[in-house]
Amino acid sequence: MSIISCRELSKRYGKVEALRSVSFGVEGGELFGVIGPDGAGKSTLFRILTTLLRADSGQATVEGLDVVRDCRAIRSRIGYMPGRFSLYQDLSVEENLHFFAAMFHVTVRENYALVRDIYRQLEPFRARRAGNLSGGMKQKLALCCALIHKPSVLLLDEPTTGVDPVSRRELWEMLARLRQQRITIVVSTPYMDEALRCDRIALMREGAFLKIETPEGIIAQFPQTLWSVQGDPKYRLLKDLRRHEDVIAAYAFGDAHHATVRSERITPLQLEENLKMLGYLNVEVKKIQPTIEDCYMQLTGT
Amino acid sequence: MPSNSHTFYPPAADAQPLSVYTERLTKRFGSFTAVDAITFSVAQGEIFGFLGANGAGKTTAMRMLCGLSKPTSGCAVVAGYDVARYPEKVKQSIGYMSQRFSLYEDLKVWENIRLFAGIYGMGKKVIASKTEQTLAELGFEAERNTLVKALPLGWKQKLAFSVAIFHEPEVVFLDEPTGGVDPATRRKFWELIYQAAERGITVFVTTHYMDEAEYCDRVSIMVDGRIEVLDTPKALRQRLNAPSMDVVFQRTVEKP
Repeated sequence: MSIISCRELSKRYGKVEALRSVSFGVEGGELFGVIGPDGAGKSTLFRILTTLLRADSGQATVEGLDVVRDCRAIRSRIGYMPGRFSLYQDLSVEENLHFFAAMFHVTVRENYALVRDIYRQLEPFRARRAGNLSGGMKQKLALCCALIHKPSVLLLDEPTTGVDPVSRRELWEMLARLRQQRITIVVSTPYMDEALRCDRIALMREGAFLKIETPEGIIAQFPQTLWSVQGDPKYRLLKDLRRHEDVIAAYAFGDAHHATVRSERITPLQLEENLKMLGYLNVEVKKIQPTIEDCYMQLTGT
Repeated sequence: MPSNSHTFYPPAADAQPLSVYTERLTKRFGSFTAVDAITFSVAQGEIFGFLGANGAGKTTAMRMLCGLSKPTSGCAVVAGYDVARYPEKVKQSIGYMSQRFSLYEDLKVWENIRLFAGIYGMGKKVIASKTEQTLAELGFEAERNTLVKALPLGWKQKLAFSVAIFHEPEVVFLDEPTGGVDPATRRKFWELIYQAAERGITVFVTTHYMDEAEYCDRVSIMVDGRIEVLDTPKALRQRLNAPSMDVVFQRTVEKP
């Protein structure tokens, strides 16, 4: 049985349809990612699952409990880390942790094992006010506070937004360790490269799920041929690629451009020759595996 | 590895003019040194990526470069003006946009443009003609009278960028301009940056997306108030034997 189950959830704010009939299930012990840009509806979904917001229609259950009827019972079973830093800025690190434990009628001592690995990194700062922590440390403390009542389901809404790449990686490593302890985790992120850390992901846009799959499955289902195209100068190259009759779409991806091509009409070598003729230097064209970003862009028709 | 932060390299005589230039720029808050004697320069028309871990001092350094915060010691010259002596001149010569600094949500698209252009002292006629041009370039003609709050996020960001460079500043500072937008919009936004740089506007940008760091002409990575490395993305990848800027970042920030 799914630990989290949603059927045709919809939510509207005035004219804006924040959720459009979203259905999905999350299995026990799964690390499930909700991937999409700002405004896709991720936070609305999280707020419904955490019983903080009522859907207009549809149903959602967590461990078989209904998010509306059984909201109180659900709250002690879930840990929630909202998108915005939500701890008490004027309490110390230690005080925040004890406060959240007390709210759930537990002690830090009885559940310490669950947060030990993370909290150890915060120990040197335990007397510091939460408001004076660095971004990465704040995230760690928020995660400890979300875990201290030993929830079986953890919901994290954009825990890595605005966080530097090193702290982001640390957070994902912490989530991987929690998953080993059979905690079910639902996490949202706008960073598509993080999708690969999840067991399954939902790609979300404008209130709807475009696809629910394993990251590998989404990449395998990419329907077009994708080439990486390098050459200098880069920006002019991008504009010329878009003008090329055998190129369907081209976008800048880090140090190379990614182009979807009509591969029945041209080979990488031929495109390389075309570009050299146009005067580009350091030209290199090769077939590549799409990234999740390529897949998202393909699915959203851009 | 030698650090760039304490060595001053004067520009060569035939070098391009500099839009940003600092020498041992420092900011202390009490006993805490947020920015520790950083020395670097950015050439006119360059796209410069200013990277670093959270809390490394990027925001403090940017605030000094924008004339919003006085250096404790050292100096910085932006668009030809010393930031400590002529902060108002600096502010007039730069543009600024951040992820969270949005436009006025309850004003229409054209009203936002007029407001910001007016604040920068542009004349009515210039504003009117340039507004047409900007709306056409963005493909926003039909949205002229739309309230900004009704625009999708990606459009807001494009508009915010156009407003930030509307008065043709010498330098535009972009503080995490693309946070949270979808991948296609993020890339289209970067094409606006390329266009601005082609027109000679210097772009000084912070980001947490390491693929965006690859689009910059040069990048610096700040660690604990200092500029730990500064070079082209390609040279940094080669020097640290790293396949991507993501790995360059990890290795630079995590050095013991």
